[in-house]
Amino acid sequence: MNAIETRALRKVYPAPAVKKRRGAPPAPPSTGIVAIDSLDLSVADGEFFGVLGPNGAGKTTLIGILTTRVRITAGEALVAGVSVANAPAAVRRRIGVVPQRPNPDRSLSVIENLVFHATYFGIARAEATRRGHELLERLGIADKASAKVDQLSGGQQQRLMIARALTHDPRVIFLDEPTVGLDPQARLSLWEILRELHGQGRTIVMSTHYMEEADQLCDRLAIIDQGKLLALDTPAALKAQAPGDTVVEVMFDDDASVAADVARTMDGVSKAEARGPLLRVFSKRGGELIPALIDAGEANGRTVRDIHLSRPSLETLFITLTGRKLT
Amino acid sequence: MTTDSLAPVAPSRVFTAILLRDLTVARRELPYFLVRTALQPILFVIVFGFLLPKMGMIPHGYSTTMLPGVVALSLTLSAIQSVALPMMQDFGYTKEIEDRLLSPVPTYLVAVEKVFSGVLQGVVAALFVLPVARLIMGPIPGLSFGNAPLLLAVTVLGGAAFSAMGLYLGTGIAPPQIGLMFSVIVAPMIMFGCTYYPWAGLVHVPVMKWLVLINPMVYVSEGMRAALTPAQPHMPTAFILIALVVLTALFMWMGLKAFDKRAMS
Repeated sequence: MNAIETRALRKVYPAPAVKKRRGAPPAPPSTGIVAIDSLDLSVADGEFFGVLGPNGAGKTTLIGILTTRVRITAGEALVAGVSVANAPAAVRRRIGVVPQRPNPDRSLSVIENLVFHATYFGIARAEATRRGHELLERLGIADKASAKVDQLSGGQQQRLMIARALTHDPRVIFLDEPTVGLDPQARLSLWEILRELHGQGRTIVMSTHYMEEADQLCDRLAIIDQGKLLALDTPAALKAQAPGDTVVEVMFDDDASVAADVARTMDGVSKAEARGPLLRVFSKRGGELIPALIDAGEANGRTVRDIHLSRPSLETLFITLTGRKLT
Repeated sequence: MTTDSLAPVAPSRVFTAILLRDLTVARRELPYFLVRTALQPILFVIVFGFLLPKMGMIPHGYSTTMLPGVVALSLTLSAIQSVALPMMQDFGYTKEIEDRLLSPVPTYLVAVEKVFSGVLQGVVAALFVLPVARLIMGPIPGLSFGNAPLLLAVTVLGGAAFSAMGLYLGTGIAPPQIGLMFSVIVAPMIMFGCTYYPWAGLVHVPVMKWLVLINPMVYVSEGMRAALTPAQPHMPTAFILIALVVLTALFMWMGLKAFDKRAMS
């Protein structure tokens, strides 16, 4: 049985209400905001699955649907074989959720957070207490057991969230951009924890907008943007799909379309586009092109503000697929 | 780990666990809770039940009219606040309630639990203010505890109606308008809630007499009057009880709808 299965999944949020002005003609019927669009996914049992996409790609909505917190507009989603729409309580029984921003129960101490959460899942208090201490030990915050939640650092709060997600021994663990806002050291130690959980055979679904994180941790990656699945494969296979081109980006002070026209005529340029003042050129020649690109802009009266070079990688694949950068 | 993680958990068990969480937190905050809910009524008691009668500006018998109103006031204020405030906080910014929304029961049970715990807190507040008020005001002519079942019914139903109202206010009102809620909804409700005067007294202003009937506070005040000072004029008991049941059902329906909207997007 697959841990996760979605079929033609679609989520449309109602468009924000537009204030009607007196005398103005009635607004055309709004179609709403499409956050997830005909998404078919399946995640195998025990897989570490990454959902990669820029802000607003639909990652949080997808995790929200799979964790029963966002209503489905159309299609179907199954978690551990159970429909999230038809049996949300049964799905919640099988999942652990680590939110984007830690949301511990601030009226309770660290250990109480774990004990009470376990009792919400029908676990007896004594057993819940035993598990709570064991988890704090495993996550390296045992010395904080009786501390108030506010006394924990951001990284420690994130660990507490992971411990909480594990108290009821779920089959599938969801993490929504778990390392946002963590310092590099806390991020690395969180990676270690996630690897260990994966090693225990749990299914992990993690959204992120950090390429490196996805590359390092995940068995398979789904790249989504604007609610659509753009690519789905192992990180290695995705990297192999990346065009052999380096992406050179030159930011000018004003519209770059003339410079893009010039760039297209250059030797070894496979693609050049202008997005406002941003000139983006795909080429195997990479950095060699930079002086010529600067000249092309300056000949047109532009000044260079910034230059960025990306070697063939998940990042360049992502730019090719979405026309956008991840972060 | 030995538990079968696939077996469903009895909703009653989850409900009890969440209630236990609320009671643990409430017990810890009891001193603040009592100050928060009882201070305003007690100040009124000191001024209108003690100082003004002492000065001879208000007849002594006024304390008989006022006592049930003050008990009603502590009951309703604490019931509203103990639901509305955590709801606003949890849904508005901290998202703390999410750990309960992820518990393996239908989401509405989490809201029902909150209302239930609000009723308990309202009862505690009423029980606390009653003897304190009696102590400050001295002997109260006509005060009777012979009507215990009615007192219990009014307390529980009044607590339920106002906890459910707290659920609606806490989830249905946008966070920037929270300040408005207290000045525009709660304050007029208290002043026109027959807390400081009996409903029968409004006979002198007939428009008001009928207008205040849309105010849920009226039924709790009059109910307390019927239970605590039965010799004083008050609305018919059956009418009071029916009104409280209807209001509880109405606010519960509105509250659950608003809660669901916040809990699921």
